[in-house]
Amino acid sequence: MRPNALQLAGRGVVYLALALATAAAITPVLWLVAATTKGPDDLFHYTFFAPRLTADSYRRLFTTFPFLRCLMNSLFITGTTVIVQLFFSSLAGFALAKYEFRGKKQVMLLMLATMMIPGQVVMAPLYELIYRIGLVDSYLGLIIPGAVSVFGIFLFRQSILQVPDELLHAARIDGCSEFRIYWDIVMPVSKPMIGAFCLIGFMGSWNNFLWPQIILHHQERFTLPIGLNRLVDLYQQQYGMLMAGTLLSVLPVVILFLALQREFVAGLTAGAVKG
Amino acid sequence: MSARSDALAEKRELAGEGVGAGWFRLQHKAAPYLFVAPFLILFLCFGLWPILKSLILAVYATNGPKSAVFVGLANFRFLMADPDFHTAVRNTLVFTCWSIFFQLPCALGLALLLCARWVRARELFRLAFFSPNLLGQVFVGVLFSVLFVPQYGLLNHLLHALFGIALDTKWLSNPALVMPALVLTSLWMYVGFNMIYFLAALQAVDRDLYEAATVDGANGWHQFFAVTLPSIKPVAVFVLITSTLGSFQLFELPYIMLRNTAGPDNSGLTVVMYLYNTGFITGDLGYASAVGWTLALGMLVVSLVQLKLTRAMKGVGD
Repeated sequence: MRPNALQLAGRGVVYLALALATAAAITPVLWLVAATTKGPDDLFHYTFFAPRLTADSYRRLFTTFPFLRCLMNSLFITGTTVIVQLFFSSLAGFALAKYEFRGKKQVMLLMLATMMIPGQVVMAPLYELIYRIGLVDSYLGLIIPGAVSVFGIFLFRQSILQVPDELLHAARIDGCSEFRIYWDIVMPVSKPMIGAFCLIGFMGSWNNFLWPQIILHHQERFTLPIGLNRLVDLYQQQYGMLMAGTLLSVLPVVILFLALQREFVAGLTAGAVKG
Repeated sequence: MSARSDALAEKRELAGEGVGAGWFRLQHKAAPYLFVAPFLILFLCFGLWPILKSLILAVYATNGPKSAVFVGLANFRFLMADPDFHTAVRNTLVFTCWSIFFQLPCALGLALLLCARWVRARELFRLAFFSPNLLGQVFVGVLFSVLFVPQYGLLNHLLHALFGIALDTKWLSNPALVMPALVLTSLWMYVGFNMIYFLAALQAVDRDLYEAATVDGANGWHQFFAVTLPSIKPVAVFVLITSTLGSFQLFELPYIMLRNTAGPDNSGLTVVMYLYNTGFITGDLGYASAVGWTLALGMLVVSLVQLKLTRAMKGVGD
């Protein structure tokens, strides 16, 4: 059925609204990219890109501030946290999905109950604990508490439940150990969930501010959010440099998202729509 | 399942299939415990223990992690009487209301625009709307603090051109404008994220229901209230509760945009910022726990009320 004139006009209005919303969504980021390429005089003189491009903001960012160090810290801490999270959560999620064992119900109930409690409640006692075991102002003090992801366990349990039991039986008949089953069968089958989980975990750890702000003291251990906040404090008016730092800070997440996009959107909405 | 594998291992053992048979059965029995153990140990130490400990800490006054004095409910009494806490609660609630009554309808509106069958490049639009959510609150805070700069900032120029607002509007140093600035920034950040949920729900609505409604002579508005809303209700309730809980925990955005302060006249002070300032800047971990539990209780009560209210509203749609 071909749309009539009225319907066509309606569609035009919808597309116009969508275009405006798209412009609103991407303009700040476009401005951010443009701002990092302008000198201080051009920054507000030209709305977006100036005729004279310069990498000066980036040069100053790396020479006046240990930005590279913060970037490396963030990559190391986030990478380690996500790998530990992924390994522990998928292993435990597998056990909770495919085995019957004593205490299983109690463990799941306990985890579910703690999921409802917001992270700010545990900040103080966690700080006390980290202080007692001497991990204040250390990478481990960020990685170890960050590796506990109850959310991840349930995510993996949910997706591994759908792996057919026959597949696991067949492997057992072939003499596969239980760990081999996890490693060679369950993990490859869960690939989409792994993609979604990695992105969610990466974003959580990468953007984390409050906890690192509490336990990190020395600049050489700062992560990007903490480092950038310090940068803003030190160089309030040097917008070009601040924007360069901001852009480089968000770039890794954007790259990872583009790589894992499909899995992510599927994983994000799977639970919500079914539930 | 495990019984079958046990029987299998036994059969192998009886058949004398080498020395590995006993080991095979053992590793099968032990596997689930070994698989759960690493996570469980971490969880007990760094998840459960701090929660229990915070209940105890909440009735102590501490000076850093080293000294603690029992004070009973004094932390909570002080909290309830502290005008700064009242301001924090008020700001947090106002922000939450904006999220619920302004941002969520916008998200639903965008999803409705996108869900029509004939819309082309839907994936691209969805990606564009969602993309701001990739930026963490700290980075968005830094970016928007520059976009909001008086005189020169992009936002003032845009709003000046569109609505004629003054170019030197000081968003972040005028107490009356701090909240609008926060609301706008979080709208930009989260509207696409919530839209994704609404869109997924809208696309899952049974098409036959619409056809039946059309046959019955229902117009667009009728269809929306009689078919669309009831169908997406479970997802809508989920989005409502998660975005309320998220709003209750607002911290980084104002903290960064207001340059690590609570803003002029505490206009950007939120409950979590209050917790951070009173608990960690001053080093009173007991007080921080008390504020944390008050926040947790508030979140619980509000979610329960929302669940009750949305359940009660069921009758309207049916």
